[in-house]
Formats: sequence, C-alpha cells, structure tokens
Amino acid sequence: MASTKEDIIAGLGEIVNEIAGIPAEDVTEEKSFTDDLDVDSLSMVEVVVAAEERFEVKIPDDDVKKLKTVGDAVSYILDHQD
Amino acid sequence: MSGKIKGGKGAPYARILGVGGYRPSRVVPNEEILKHIDSSDEWIRSRSGIVTRHWAGEDETVTEMSLAAAGKALADAGVEADRIGAVVVSTVSHFRQTPGVAAEIAHKLGAGRPAAFDISAACAGFGYGLTLAKGMIVEGSAEYVLVIGVERLSDMTDREDRGTAFLFGDGAGAVIVGPSREPGIGPSVWGSEGDKFDTIGQTVPWDAYREGPVEKFPALRQEGQTVFRWAVFAMAKVAQQALDAAGITAGELDVFIPHQANMRIIDSLAKTLKLPEHVAVARDIETTGNTSAASIPLAMERMLATGQAKSGDTALVIGFGAGLVYAATVVTLP
Repeated sequence: MASTKEDIIAGLGEIVNEIAGIPAEDVTEEKSFTDDLDVDSLSMVEVVVAAEERFEVKIPDDDVKKLKTVGDAVSYILDHQD
Repeated sequence: MSGKIKGGKGAPYARILGVGGYRPSRVVPNEEILKHIDSSDEWIRSRSGIVTRHWAGEDETVTEMSLAAAGKALADAGVEADRIGAVVVSTVSHFRQTPGVAAEIAHKLGAGRPAAFDISAACAGFGYGLTLAKGMIVEGSAEYVLVIGVERLSDMTDREDRGTAFLFGDGAGAVIVGPSREPGIGPSVWGSEGDKFDTIGQTVPWDAYREGPVEKFPALRQEGQTVFRWAVFAMAKVAQQALDAAGITAGELDVFIPHQANMRIIDSLAKTLKLPEHVAVARDIETTGNTSAASIPLAMERMLATGQAKSGDTALVIGFGAGLVYAATVVTLP
C-alpha cells in the first residue's frame, strides 16, 4: 500500500535519527538534510538506500543530488512509489 | 595419430603462507594536505577517517617498495625466493606501460625465472591476484606464487582537489601463496560492472599529452556518492556471497578485511553485513590512507602484527574499485 505524506515524514524521521542521531521529531519538511540535519553527502546515500527499502521506490544517484530538503524527498517518494 | 595431452599435477588446495608490507618512511598528516585545499582536519576525519598517510620518497619506487614487502612475506612464509613459480603484481601507478614491473621484481628478489606479469584491477587487484595464484597452484603451473599489491597514489593525487587530496597513500603489500592439504582460500566471488566504468578513473588519459601540454598531471577522480552506494550496498551482497560460497557463517568469521577505501565505507559495510561483535574489522586506513591494491595485504600484516588477528584465523577479504571491479573470498590467515 502506498505511504501517505505523514507516513513518509515519520519514516524519514526514524531513518535520519538512526543514521545521523538527530531526534526524529526535528525532521520536518522545510529542513535541509545537509544544513539542518547533519546529513553529509555520504550519509545522504545511506538515508536514500534506507528510504528505498522502506518505501519501495528507486532513487537513482542523479536524482539524489536534487533532494535538498526533507520536503523534496517526501515529494519524490510520493511521486515515485508503486 | 593425435597425441594425448597430460594434465598438470597441482596441489589439492592453496593457502596464504606469509604476508609482508612496506610503508614509506614519510608520514603525511592532514595539516600538510590542508596547505593546498580549503578544508579542515575535522572535515577530512569525518568524511574519510584518515588522520595520516604515507607518501613515498624518490627512492621508494614501485620496485623498491615491492621488494621490501616481498622479502618480508618470504621470510614470514619460510620460503626461499627461488621456489617462486610466478610473480603477480597489481598496480595502477607504475608509470611504464611496458615492460611490466613483475619481471624486474622477480629478478631482483633472486627468484630466478618465474612467470611474471602485472595486472590492472585497481582496488580489487589483490583479490584478483589471489584468485590467479590459487588457480596456478591447484593446476600445477607454480608451487609458490608471490602476489604483490603496490601503489604510489601520491603521484596520481591532485593536491588541490578538496574531494580527493587527502584520500590516497603509498605502500606495498605482498603474500606468498602455496600448497595446502586443507582449503585455505575459499571460492572467489569476483566480477565487474562495466556500465559504471567512468565512475572512478584518471582525469586525463596519457595520450592527451600527444595533443600538446596538459594542464594538470593525470590524477584519480571519482563520483563519490555513486561509488559509496556501490561500495557499501552492492559489495555487502558480494561479501555475503563469498561467505556462503566458503560455507562460513558470520558467527564463524574472525576477521573482516575490506579494501581500505574510506572509514565510512568500512563502517557502513560492517553494519550492513551485520557482523557479530567478535569479528575484528580492519581499520588501517586511519594511518595509511587508501592504497588501492596494497590496502588488504597491508591491513592483514598490521592486524597480525598488533594481535588484532592471529595466524589460522578465518578472514573475509573484499576489494572493489575502478572498473568497476570486485573480488571477495574467505581465507585462512598465515
């Protein structure tokens, strides 16, 4: 079943918490992964792979660069999930 | 009437009998790297885990470093140089297209006239060499094989590129592979992903010089995020396949020696593989940097020397890099 926007934000919160140690509730749509959430370019790859598994989407490397904010990732996942 | 060809008579199995390493005398701390790039010690450490690396001096050539490592490996194995039937050298930083450096090394080592050749398999070169060595011993074309991984990557480092200037190091690692009654080298899980051929490589090909002056000497470059994803997640699957092929469970493993590419890759790979806590993980990169083909034997030697690993331990080794190419296998440590 496709995830809702709220599911995705909550899921990304758990993933970012696991990888970068940032509290899950701080992961909100307007936050930038690199500037606000301590997710550097390599951690971003880990976030993306975890998100791919959790939300059953494929996020190619070329698209990873476009995901600046949590909101970008949420929209991407909403648009690309089965 | 056609003749009948006799098959070779090899050993039942092969194993690593000795390991040796050579690290150049000059230690280069991050502060020195920072003279040429706008970065910080903290940034370099957090992205790569590297604190210092060794850079070779003029006299520490590919040949000299190889001879030093090979001499130690021979002594460790208790094998005389003239028993070596083949010398396999993996390197991407020997700046002579031909001849290969292996024959010169074999000669200077006093190995007589063994088969000798270089291979180009970048950071997977040690595993490729080990696979070839095992085949030669079991097939009977060599009794002992010297496998060397050697690099002077400082010669191919762009000192002004903040993404790679801190990454690479120099050194040589060598092993002696020989006959064994028990399997000491598991099946190799190796391969290539040529669709990603341009994700790691050199900035300019050598023949660019034919066209006129080249702005900067060719250096190593890579697409960091793509390589990181492949090195962690695709290679975790390959590592698992190598364990399965050898019939070894994670619980039975003592040591994990991945190519020392980047501490973040090492940590992520160990996590993704869900290795039990008792498994000692090689983290030689901290003081050695990424030495490509030399990194696995160098880390192996250091772990044995410091007691992190011991002779007879079961170790998973995996190399991966430019090509893209990879090779993983389970070995018994010498």
